[in-house]
Amino acid sequence: MTVNKTYIKSFCTIQNNQISLNGEIVFDTEPTVFSDFSKKAYQHLEMNYPKFFKMDNLSKLAFLGAELLLKNEDDSEIENNTALVFANKSSSLDTDVKYQDSISDPENYYPSPAVFVYTLPNICLGEISIKHRLKSENSFFIFADYNPEFMEKYSNILLEAQKADKVLCGWVEYYKEDYKAFLYLIDTQGKLEQNQELLKKLYKQ
Amino acid sequence: MIKEVYITETNCITPIGFDVAANIKNIDDEVSGIQLHDKPMLFNVPFYASIINDVDLNLAFAKVTSATNYSRLEKMMILALEPIIKKSKVILNERTAFILSTTKGNVKALENQKIESAYLHQLARMVANFFGFNTEPIVVSNACVSGILAVSVAKRLIQADVYDNVFIVAGDEISKFIVSGFNSFQAMSDLPCKPYSINRTGVTLGEAAAAVLVSSNKENAKIKVIGDGSINDANHISGPSRTGEGLFRSIQSALTEAKINSNQIDFISAHGTATPFNDEMEAIALNRLGLENVPVNSMKGFYGHTLGASGLLETVIGIESVQESKLFISLGFDTIGVSQPIHIIEKNEDKKIRYFLKTASGFGGCNTAVLFEKVN
Repeated sequence: MTVNKTYIKSFCTIQNNQISLNGEIVFDTEPTVFSDFSKKAYQHLEMNYPKFFKMDNLSKLAFLGAELLLKNEDDSEIENNTALVFANKSSSLDTDVKYQDSISDPENYYPSPAVFVYTLPNICLGEISIKHRLKSENSFFIFADYNPEFMEKYSNILLEAQKADKVLCGWVEYYKEDYKAFLYLIDTQGKLEQNQELLKKLYKQ
Repeated sequence: MIKEVYITETNCITPIGFDVAANIKNIDDEVSGIQLHDKPMLFNVPFYASIINDVDLNLAFAKVTSATNYSRLEKMMILALEPIIKKSKVILNERTAFILSTTKGNVKALENQKIESAYLHQLARMVANFFGFNTEPIVVSNACVSGILAVSVAKRLIQADVYDNVFIVAGDEISKFIVSGFNSFQAMSDLPCKPYSINRTGVTLGEAAAAVLVSSNKENAKIKVIGDGSINDANHISGPSRTGEGLFRSIQSALTEAKINSNQIDFISAHGTATPFNDEMEAIALNRLGLENVPVNSMKGFYGHTLGASGLLETVIGIESVQESKLFISLGFDTIGVSQPIHIIEKNEDKKIRYFLKTASGFGGCNTAVLFEKVN
């Protein structure tokens, strides 16, 4: 398989009460809890999408990142074939712990399907797919740390095998208020050539 | 020229056998792993499930190692992988990857507040270190398609020349976490599950581990992987698309890549969880592709729904179907209960199979289809 060049079309980072897009800070708040920060970010992005408030924190984080990069890509006339390749360290552990708390005490047993459904990391891919109408390749991986080598190789495979026209890659980590999202859109054309060194550098920003 | 990719070794650890031969013998005899269990630690009332016997598991594990610091799921996974790593003689160098598929891994550790053990990369590290893999484990956690998605990921990585060999293990175990969750969705069947039946009322949960070696080396090939797709419904996070859109497109994507027509498929191992919506969705997707006359089964009547293990376990059984030219019964089926006609396998029978399709679907709107071709 020939390895053609691929490009980072746009990228964003969400961490420490701050959102940056293509290296520029576009939104920040005073230090606050994630639920408050994410609500303010939602308002800032002028989304009219009440389902956002039903999501768990991991999905909110991934969803906000995807919104930043995909809102100008959505075209109601054309069906986008943008694959989603996401990964993190903690899977859905934040919600897993919350769900476990709801079933540990027989005297206080209240398992909720609305919580249980978010005990899978790939639910955030479903949320993004629904919002952006992406009937496309999607997969969720777990690594101990952000793995630019794997992400680069796998996104290139999807483009080269013509399984997708673009790939939205995301590292979306959330556990107990500790969060970081780094998302980027990979295209076959562009100016910023994708390579592991650049991904590492952008991730650290 | 695109590299050809094969599955060369398979194994599985299930309630009806700790190797493929034992599983096939029980399937031949229509022996299911599903039984009524009275286990208050898992659920407050007796429930049907397909559960691995702890005594058998520990005995088998003791034959492999004297180490004791492994969780139940880790033991299942190590037992699934051990004979195929040994038999294959593949060197675990930088050209050999390790993929672990699971939905909930060691989630049971949360019952004892052992947060560290519940991390999926820790589970992967425990299993990887047992065997001495030299590449960072890749964990696929994509709900109930995880097991079959791993085959697709392995095939793609080998085609792109990132690796020559990929060992996959897929496993999930029954826990209070999972039982209470499925029950909260009112998705559990009161009786052993009945995929595609008019009398189906939901899933029966199960546990298993399955393992395969995916390789670019044709020697000892059991089957060739010829196409795949993993496409989201973009419809709902906890229910399938009513039109089966994502599954339809996943199968189409696999067919296009394999350059075959849907009418060439000889056998389908479907998901068939026995929930009203899933089975109906699958029947619609299969009809949209003109696959209504192709023999199809769900293995859930034998194993229950083994979540992240199911796709790989059912692939392992499907490969035996192809190799032995045998269609296995879709256990639990009686009267068709989906709105579109599909050809459910009602008894074990002989059939030559060249092309075999495996599908799965899951929460988050995910679907995966992988096409296989018999190796001559």
